[in-house]
Amino acid sequence: MSQNFRLNTGGLINRDKPIEFKFNGKKYIGYEGDTLASALLANGIHLIGRSFKYHRPRGFFGAGVDEPNAKMQVEINGCSEPNINATEIELVNGLSASSQNCWPSVNFDIGAINNFLNRFFPAGFYYKTFMWPKSFWYRVYEPFIRKAAGLGIASLEKDKERYEHKYEYCDLLVTGSGPAGLASAYAAAKNGAKVILAEDKPRYGGTLLTDDVTIDNLSGKDWSEKIISELKEMPNVIVKNRSQVFGYYDHNMMVMFERTGDHLEKKPKYTPRQRLWYIRAKEVLLSTGSIERPIVFGNNDTPGVFLSAAAKEYMKVYGVLIGKKPIIFTNNDSGYETAIEFKKNGVNPIVLDTRESQNSELINEAKDLDIKIKFSYAVIVAHGYKKVKSATIGKLNKEKIDFENTEQIDCDSICVSGFWTPTVHLASQSGNKLKFNDSIDAFVPDKSKQNEHSLGAANGTFTLQDTLKNSFNTGSEVSKSITKKDEKIQIPNTNERKYSAHDKFWCSPLPKGKNYKRFVDFQNDVAVSDIEVALREGYRSIEHVKRYTTLGMATDQGRTSNLNGLQLVANVEKKIVPQVGHTTFRPPFTPVTIGTIVGREIGKEYMPTRKTPMHHWHEKNNAVWVDAGAWKRPRYYKRGNENLFEASKREAKNVRDHVGVCDVTTLGKIDIKGPDAAEFLNRVYTNAWLKLPVGKARYGVMLREDGIVMDDGTTTRISENHYHMTTTTAQAANVLSHLEYYLQIVWPELNVNVVSTTEQWAGAAIAGPKSRDLLAKLFPKIDVSNEALPFMGYVEGDLFGVKARIFRISFSGELAYEINVESDFGLFMWEKIIEIGKEFNVQPYGTEALSTLRIEMGHVAGPELDGRTIPYDVSLEGLVSKKKDFIGKRSLAKEAFNKADRQKIVGLVPLDRKSSIPEGSHLVENKNAKLPNPKLGHVSSSCWSVENNNPFSLAILKDGKNMIGKKLFAVSPLKNTSIEVEVMSSHYVDHEGKRVRS
Amino acid sequence: MLNIKCPYCGDRSQKEFAYGGDGTITRPKLNQEISDEEWDNFVYLRKSPRGKHIELWHHIAGCRQWFKVERDTTTHEIFRTFKPEE
Repeated sequence: MSQNFRLNTGGLINRDKPIEFKFNGKKYIGYEGDTLASALLANGIHLIGRSFKYHRPRGFFGAGVDEPNAKMQVEINGCSEPNINATEIELVNGLSASSQNCWPSVNFDIGAINNFLNRFFPAGFYYKTFMWPKSFWYRVYEPFIRKAAGLGIASLEKDKERYEHKYEYCDLLVTGSGPAGLASAYAAAKNGAKVILAEDKPRYGGTLLTDDVTIDNLSGKDWSEKIISELKEMPNVIVKNRSQVFGYYDHNMMVMFERTGDHLEKKPKYTPRQRLWYIRAKEVLLSTGSIERPIVFGNNDTPGVFLSAAAKEYMKVYGVLIGKKPIIFTNNDSGYETAIEFKKNGVNPIVLDTRESQNSELINEAKDLDIKIKFSYAVIVAHGYKKVKSATIGKLNKEKIDFENTEQIDCDSICVSGFWTPTVHLASQSGNKLKFNDSIDAFVPDKSKQNEHSLGAANGTFTLQDTLKNSFNTGSEVSKSITKKDEKIQIPNTNERKYSAHDKFWCSPLPKGKNYKRFVDFQNDVAVSDIEVALREGYRSIEHVKRYTTLGMATDQGRTSNLNGLQLVANVEKKIVPQVGHTTFRPPFTPVTIGTIVGREIGKEYMPTRKTPMHHWHEKNNAVWVDAGAWKRPRYYKRGNENLFEASKREAKNVRDHVGVCDVTTLGKIDIKGPDAAEFLNRVYTNAWLKLPVGKARYGVMLREDGIVMDDGTTTRISENHYHMTTTTAQAANVLSHLEYYLQIVWPELNVNVVSTTEQWAGAAIAGPKSRDLLAKLFPKIDVSNEALPFMGYVEGDLFGVKARIFRISFSGELAYEINVESDFGLFMWEKIIEIGKEFNVQPYGTEALSTLRIEMGHVAGPELDGRTIPYDVSLEGLVSKKKDFIGKRSLAKEAFNKADRQKIVGLVPLDRKSSIPEGSHLVENKNAKLPNPKLGHVSSSCWSVENNNPFSLAILKDGKNMIGKKLFAVSPLKNTSIEVEVMSSHYVDHEGKRVRS
Repeated sequence: MLNIKCPYCGDRSQKEFAYGGDGTITRPKLNQEISDEEWDNFVYLRKSPRGKHIELWHHIAGCRQWFKVERDTTTHEIFRTFKPEE
């Protein structure tokens, strides 16, 4: 079959460039400029898929975003994508498409049995049928339903394509390049405004491409081309085709989806496949046009039934006949335009007009062309299973609720026009409450909440003259207020035909005794009877009816079904449509690929990776990484075949026995300066800070106002009014914001400045009994004796020519120091420590060994300071000053925080001295107690104590103070373990803290 | 996404800011007797007004200044932004 339905001339396609493509495995030829849909129709292909629920044969219905049926699995450049609208995708060489939701094939689909069982599949079928037995849902029903329903198949392969994001700012964003969009964009551009004009289709012009009109004696197409080429020349205008504005967000943030790659035969290497635009527009002009409304009749979903404007578009834009024996079924004058176009192309249509005998320019023109017209007629039912073969039509009685007579006539297609529905999706998304316009039976935008205006058909204005006038004026007015320029524009003369009034007929009645399926929503397979069932069962709110029947859901968003659905509910409920109301329009207006939304922020580009200056040394020395926020930290350094457990044990043991070095650059560092710095610290920390001498560090705890511990760390007085604060890696950003809040909002009278210096300083902790010997070799000029540099002392030194800060602080509980140098010298410092430390057996240690060391010392960290603990809970109550006030102090007086059996940190050792206790285990008294077993606490941190060579854990335990010596069970339902443990002090090693002071 | 005018830097996208809570709350003075009720009001109790509301925002990915925003909580319209001392 070779394009039997292609007209010999006409259309905007390039007949010199044939394009080969595949559909369901078979090869076909189309032309450049075709969509997949127009190329298939040119080849006479109508059966393209099966419906969602009943697996009924379905064909094309629309010609653009209005298409509810033609969702296909499409493969281009080896990339397979489901649910592509065949009416929107452009034909390119090598494109391969296949039908969805059918098995084994679209011609013979086993699921179609549902169609014959359809009386068992009413609205809410799934809710009603698969309720019991409950256990069947996961095992039987759901997998089966998933297989039988659903749309295409998502690829399991990694998407190799490139997607990008772009940010743009403009004075005016105009959405749609039909007459309204062109006129308003042109007027605004002439006033010097920065304008973005977005067109969803590849061709500009919208309805100007298909309507028989003239503007300033040019055809609609020629006029639109003239305006577009002028706009493209202007430096203040961006004109974009293949670009769908799909979301309207706060403060005129518009999101647009541009198809940049799929239509190109050979995509240049760095051209993205699709691009997402974030556009902040001062004003938005919505010229989104309107979508033709179907009239509902029996078997109206049979392939061969089209919207009448779509049939016209296929002829005028693509040179394709959707049929050679069409019925035009209309309630307004639009159908006649399609009929005339058929006639001009040598096809004889029959027009069924639901109105009584009418006269208008268009009707008279049709009569003059000898087109057969039957007034007061309607299609009752279409016949044919996989394609329309004939139709039963009937003469409507006066009330239009029954037929006076019926007859069957042959036809191969039915083009239906039930008047026009303004595309108000974006206006509604902007927060515009829609109002019902009785004269067009549809909702139109009402008052704007944001800076937006709807123009032309999107606003319910259906004549070209009014559309152009309003759009030129609005474009001009809106831009004038921004640019203060007022370029006068002559509004062009137009020539268009006058319409007579449409008929409010929207659904053919059923003849007595007939039970034809009449579909309202094709995509979701919702028929008139389904909505009637929902209403009979008591659903009243339109939002509930929508969810129960699935009317207007999914990718289609009710583009063709919304108003007919509302009309039906209104009829049954004996209301009018505005009383029924409408459901919410949500972004995206049309489906957007996940790739586009993600853009380049994927894999390692998902967020920045922070590396310390010593990163490459760690890498070279077999560091196994762990993520600490955005930081990469060595978890352990692998030697030979060591695993995590063996390596961390080795590293921790080496610290206890000799000396280790750990990269602590990631700790938060905040520089604090100002005459009131001491007073400020005194208010921020729970302990006293006013008397800390220069050259000394102090450990501090800070609370939130609710008394919960926020963070801990040491702060050092570098000079009189200069402090260096450290925070935990995780809380660094929060602590800085916290300090800024108190300085800027609560106590602005304090003269203090804070700034993050985390990335300015590289840090290395050297810990272990040999650390002093190592330090002495690193800084031969400094007296590092216990007397000269005691615990919590601070001194500045010269590390082979590099200025260094030396803090005698310890997290490991050993004699330890922390050396800071400017980041650029971090690697230099590290390599010196490793080189000079060799004679003391220095080894680098990672975060796992670091944890082991602090856990067995009973030092708290993130797992204990988890946003639920007060100082008492983690045994830091000794650091809480009774004398002075500080942030969060008043909360510590709360009753719950002072209960006798308040939770407290304890240590745990398994009775068998072997079983590791999973972190997160619950502590219970009796492991066999009936559920819910009362929980006494939880295990926060676990390690293998290298000092005692058995597992050891920290836990937060109810009445922990009085539980020492008790035996409990640590139960982990996740790991399925239950370990008997003994409660002990949280300080498992070096109880008195002698080592840090040695 | 909101468009927020930082009083120090000018119009910026919401991405640069962090919301900082109710801007009408005043912290009780230090070293003062204060009842449980007053303290709870300060720490926990917040109104969730429908309509105009003064909020704190923090320009974290910018000048790092805290400032106040008068915003409609239903329409998200921003009426004004101002420095804390204003």
